[in-house]
Parts: sequence; structure tokens; C-alpha cells
Amino acid sequence: MSDKVREGETGLNWTLLFICWLTASVSVAGSLFFSEILEFPPCILCWYQRMCLFPLAVILLGGLFPFNRSVIRFSLPLTIIGWLISIYHNLLYTGIIPESIQPCDKALSCTDVHLGLFGFITIPLLSFLSFSIIATILIVLHRKTQ
Amino acid sequence: MKQKLIIFISLLVLIAGFVIGSFFVKQNKETKTLTNAQSNYDSFVRDYSVTIGSPDAKVTLVEFFDPACETCRVFYPHVKDIIAKYPGKIQLILRYAPFHQGADYFVRILEASRNQNMYWKTLETLYQTQHIWTVHHQAQPNLAWEVLKDTPLNLAQLKADMGSPKIEAILRQDLFDASMLKVKKTPSFFVNQKPLVNFGHAQLKKLVESEIHANYQE
Repeated sequence: MSDKVREGETGLNWTLLFICWLTASVSVAGSLFFSEILEFPPCILCWYQRMCLFPLAVILLGGLFPFNRSVIRFSLPLTIIGWLISIYHNLLYTGIIPESIQPCDKALSCTDVHLGLFGFITIPLLSFLSFSIIATILIVLHRKTQ
Repeated sequence: MKQKLIIFISLLVLIAGFVIGSFFVKQNKETKTLTNAQSNYDSFVRDYSVTIGSPDAKVTLVEFFDPACETCRVFYPHVKDIIAKYPGKIQLILRYAPFHQGADYFVRILEASRNQNMYWKTLETLYQTQHIWTVHHQAQPNLAWEVLKDTPLNLAQLKADMGSPKIEAILRQDLFDASMLKVKKTPSFFVNQKPLVNFGHAQLKKLVESEIHANYQE
């Protein structure tokens, strides 16, 4: 390994991983804010996404001190699973998949709209965005550091 | 070193944002529930409601409850203690908010037991046996008669009374008033129309105490 690569690992790569961690942490804080402070009840699909999201904030931090590319190996699978669930959730939400086949309890529907910022930003969309950001950066990092 | 500082600052900003945000949300909610309660004065007391304590008391404690709600069961002795602590000065008014599935059936039982002067005994029996007749947070009407069979209640009479249109009207009115007062969880307490915003036994005691002090200059 040349000195140049090693230098990169503490510079740009570290920053990229840091952005991943920051995205995950902001998402964790936001999701806790929605459920605990604004008291939006999380539906089943939200919980599955949370299961993937919450550990990311911890695991990614572990890869930052010092920078360790093997963190990608542990965090990318979780990210992809969360990302897939969020796609499914958004499809339900927007009605592309009809409600009749949704797996949620009637009492706590996964298609109840809770957040309509600027008319289109919803919680499942935010979830999709953060999983997408994390997944994209992790894949880029994976390619870059190979 | 610089990296650790960045992480530290990010965490600090996140936590600060969370705390400040929750502070504003809470304040906003408090003023909202207060103004909402004040503009719905009529919704607090209906003359059919079950009460304990003097009707001349200057402090009223309104409780919206669900016989199938576990927290209501846990609060019951505390509420009784609070009423006993200020004789003549506080009146408890019980209102129904049977949010659990099937709980309205048990409200009908309670209301019908009033005809036999057995309301409090029935309420206590239902609370004591709540774990038997609620399964996965759903009230099971078919288990009601099992838990009531050892009480002095005349069950045949009770069954006949349960279907009365008067009880139906009470249920509907209480649920309507609950929705007017934005009662979404049980138990929900109002002391002299002031909602208990921060839920808890100690908080309820404090709210009652402050109203007693304000009204009786103790």
C-alpha cells in the first residue's frame, strides 16, 4: 500500500464515512423525535427500518477511529435491507402497491400520512433518502478502497 | 484529534437540536391542550356521571378511563387516596373512554351495576380480574360473567339493564366529550379543567395540590 492511499484513507475516505455516520445519526435522532416527542406511532414497516438504521449509527462510528474499511462489510448489508424495506414502504405509501396486500395492523396503518412538509416530504421518503445516501457512499467507498 | 472534535461537535449539535425541539413541542402542546380545555367547558361534567366527594367541592378531578386499561387500574388506588386526602374539597368525576376493543361492554356492566348500588364493588372486581378478561389488550365480553359470578350482583338483572338506551347514550356522550377534549389515552385527568400534561402519579398529586391551595388558601 502506497503512502498516497494511506493518506487518502484519513482524508477523503474518512470524510465520506463520516457523512454516512452523520446521515445515520441525524436519521436516528429524527426518528426518535417523531415517535417520542411528536408521538407519531411507528408502524411495523417503520420498526423494521429502524432495526436496520439504529445500529448503523453505532457501527459506522466504530469505523471512524481509526478509519477501517472493514466497517463497510458490516454496515452495507443492514443498509441494503433497510433500503429495500423503505422502497416497499414508499410503494405502499404512494399507492403503487394496493393497500389490500399491505401487512400492517388495521389499528396502525403503514399508509397513514404523518408528515407532509412542503406537500411531498413524508417519513418513509426521508427514510428512503437516508438509506440511499448511506448505501451510495458505502458502495463508492468500497470500490475506492479495494 | 480534529476528527474526534468533529464527531463530538456533531453529537452535541444533534442532542442540542433534539432537546430544544422537544422543549418547543412540549410548550406548544401545553398551551394547545389548555386553550382547548377552556373552550370546551361543557364537555367536562355531565349530570349522569359517577362521582365521589362533595358536589360543593371547589376542586373537581375529572378522569377519563377505560376499565380494560392497565394504567387506569394501577392509578385507581392513587386516585382514591387523593380524594380521601382532601375531604369536602375535591370531587372525582368518572368519565368513560373505552378505547380498548370490547371495553364498551364492560362500561355497560359498570353502568348497569349502578342500579344495584354496586358500582364501586363492580369496578374493583373488574380491576382485580382485569388480567383474566383482557387478552392481548382486548376485552373479552364472554369472560365477564366468569369473573362476576362470585359477587353479590344480580347477574340476570344486570344483563337486562345493560342494553338500556340510557347507557348507550352515556357511552356515546362520554366518547364524544373525550374527543372534544382531545383525550387520546387513558387515564386522562383534568383538575378544574386543567389537563395533566406530564403524565404520572406524582404530577397528578402536585396538580391537585396546587388547585387545592389556590381554592382554599391552605
